[in-house]
Amino acid sequence: MQCVVTGGNVKVLGKAIHSLSRIGDELYVEPQEDGLALRSVNSSRSAYACFLFAPLFFSRYAIPTGLNFRCKMAIKSVQSVFKSLATLEKTVEKCHIGLDEQKDRLTFTLHCKHGLLKTHNLSYQDSESLEAVFDKNSCANVFRAQPRVLVDTVVHFPTSLEEVTVTVSDERMWVRNHVEDEAERSKAMLTELCLAADEFDYFAVKAHYSITFCLKEFRGLLLFAESTGLPVSMYFDEPGSPVVLSVTDSVLEGNFVLATLSDNHDLHKSNRGGDADQPHPPDDFMSDDMDAYLIAMDTSAAPGPSTADPPPPSLATFRKPPAPNYRTRTHSEEEEEDDGEEDPERPPDKKFRSLFFGSVLPPSSQMNTQPLTTQEVLASDSEDETEAE
Amino acid sequence: MKFRGKITDIACLNHFTRVVTTISKLTKTCVLRLTPDHLFFILPGKVTNGGVGMWCQLLQANFFQEYQMEGVTSEVQEICLEVSPEPWSRALKTVQSAKSVKLKLTRKHCACVTVAAELPTLSSVGRVVTHDVPVDVIPRRLWQEFQEAGVPDFDVSVYLPPLKTMKSVVDRMKNLSNFLVMEANLNGDMNLKIQTDLVSVTTHFKDLGNPAWGVDSSQDGGPSQSRDPEVMAEVTVDIRKLQQFLMGQQVNPSKALCNIVHQNVVHLVLLHEDVSLQYFIPAVA
Repeated sequence: MQCVVTGGNVKVLGKAIHSLSRIGDELYVEPQEDGLALRSVNSSRSAYACFLFAPLFFSRYAIPTGLNFRCKMAIKSVQSVFKSLATLEKTVEKCHIGLDEQKDRLTFTLHCKHGLLKTHNLSYQDSESLEAVFDKNSCANVFRAQPRVLVDTVVHFPTSLEEVTVTVSDERMWVRNHVEDEAERSKAMLTELCLAADEFDYFAVKAHYSITFCLKEFRGLLLFAESTGLPVSMYFDEPGSPVVLSVTDSVLEGNFVLATLSDNHDLHKSNRGGDADQPHPPDDFMSDDMDAYLIAMDTSAAPGPSTADPPPPSLATFRKPPAPNYRTRTHSEEEEEDDGEEDPERPPDKKFRSLFFGSVLPPSSQMNTQPLTTQEVLASDSEDETEAE
Repeated sequence: MKFRGKITDIACLNHFTRVVTTISKLTKTCVLRLTPDHLFFILPGKVTNGGVGMWCQLLQANFFQEYQMEGVTSEVQEICLEVSPEPWSRALKTVQSAKSVKLKLTRKHCACVTVAAELPTLSSVGRVVTHDVPVDVIPRRLWQEFQEAGVPDFDVSVYLPPLKTMKSVVDRMKNLSNFLVMEANLNGDMNLKIQTDLVSVTTHFKDLGNPAWGVDSSQDGGPSQSRDPEVMAEVTVDIRKLQQFLMGQQVNPSKALCNIVHQNVVHLVLLHEDVSLQYFIPAVA
């Protein structure tokens, strides 16, 4: 495989990688016929991002026909190739990406000014295919806005804030910070911002939903959108269904799929004075129609020198949500992602985790103590034994 | 009990933000006292704060273009709230380009001060961002704690050297010792001294000038008559408290002075056209 990226596109590629680093620790690389796919997922599988660079993005895109290759590597090492994007823009003329299957390496060669060549040999691991299945077009609510509008919105929220709630009516969108427990509510500052429909390039609301999702990953997408100036499209449905954020142009497409809390009360009707006395949302994971979840993760293993057997797709795509009385988030996502070794006994930290996956397993009320073995795909760590390595 | 203030002038907004940010760097929580003419940010000097006291007074008319308040009762036109200035500072910093910023006392899930800013947008409808910052209303029986301490009976009063210079000196001294001696005399001399087993460092400031207090601005100055102008009044303080005071300063004062009560307390006073800040650092026991 040989890909060459030239000129300004090197910076775009670098930005995409930095954006993906906000999602997960690993970069999944898959050269396809329709382009190079770079993906990432967070450890709790509640956020997924994919950038697809079409062959036209590259000045040369040559993959051998029938190449069925996918790998993953530590995203930090790829980031270090593209660190300091400002100098990259000024000094790098082209970036050559080559695959050395013999040595299990991807080679990034930066051709810089004055004949300087910087070569980075990054080892990869074989991995299963990582592809979220989602359907933007079936979402009830669709929006598109210039990145500046969204950046100006999130600036009002502290960087440490985890979750935001977005509520829409026919003409307006409200964004406010989400405060989980009652105790915090009396001490925390509540911030709310209202955007009018005419600030958007496109604003189509079919249902007045209110969704809550993680701000950190949203900021990851905005990082990319702002630097490239591409408008951001947002698609969402009822709470519990993931929200999809996209940027597109003729040679690339980026999709960020974020899980949303499934038990939001629609606080805002037409009056903004919204009742802040939100009762503790009832946990009704058990009764959710699992098939309604749009995201299914296809984790079939790649053919290749892997030793583990691929898990049957049905188990991989659906998984049971944790028990209702379970979990308060105590740590931000950062901590979860940085957690190298996961204790498999530890119950999942995030409510969101459930939202990607439905379940074919019988519900149990003992989630907390249930050993992981019955939860084969409970991916608090992306390196669990169901993946091919 | 009602309060509503509106700032529409960008310079006032900027100035107010800087005052709130200075307060937020000095203390995590403090008392906000509202009267028809003034706002006070008060930190009573208690053992729990390490004895540090703060008193900041703002003339409301110089900041707010609109200001209405109603006190706890019709006779008592005052409101006392316990606030945490840091979220205010954060909220205000992000709305510097706002067309208007309103501060209101509201009751949401609890008593809050709401910062509501109207932001300029390209669309026909303005964008409004609101920040609800929870506050605690302080009952009247505790109000006597929050009266102005008054200027202490000081031994020496001297103008401070430029705060930036003081800060860089104190920052370096902090690496060597936890305690610093501040001393000054009526000749306009001030020394900052630290002493450890291995080293002692003194920084001398001269010709600072002594402010004239009292009815007769005689040479003696201050309540202690016929004090030898060469004799130093000194206080040993915890260097971190002095550093915290110097670090937080966001507003350039038109006058900065310091009153020293020998071996007792350092009273720092920063005066600006529309805001005054007093900070008390006690001597270490």
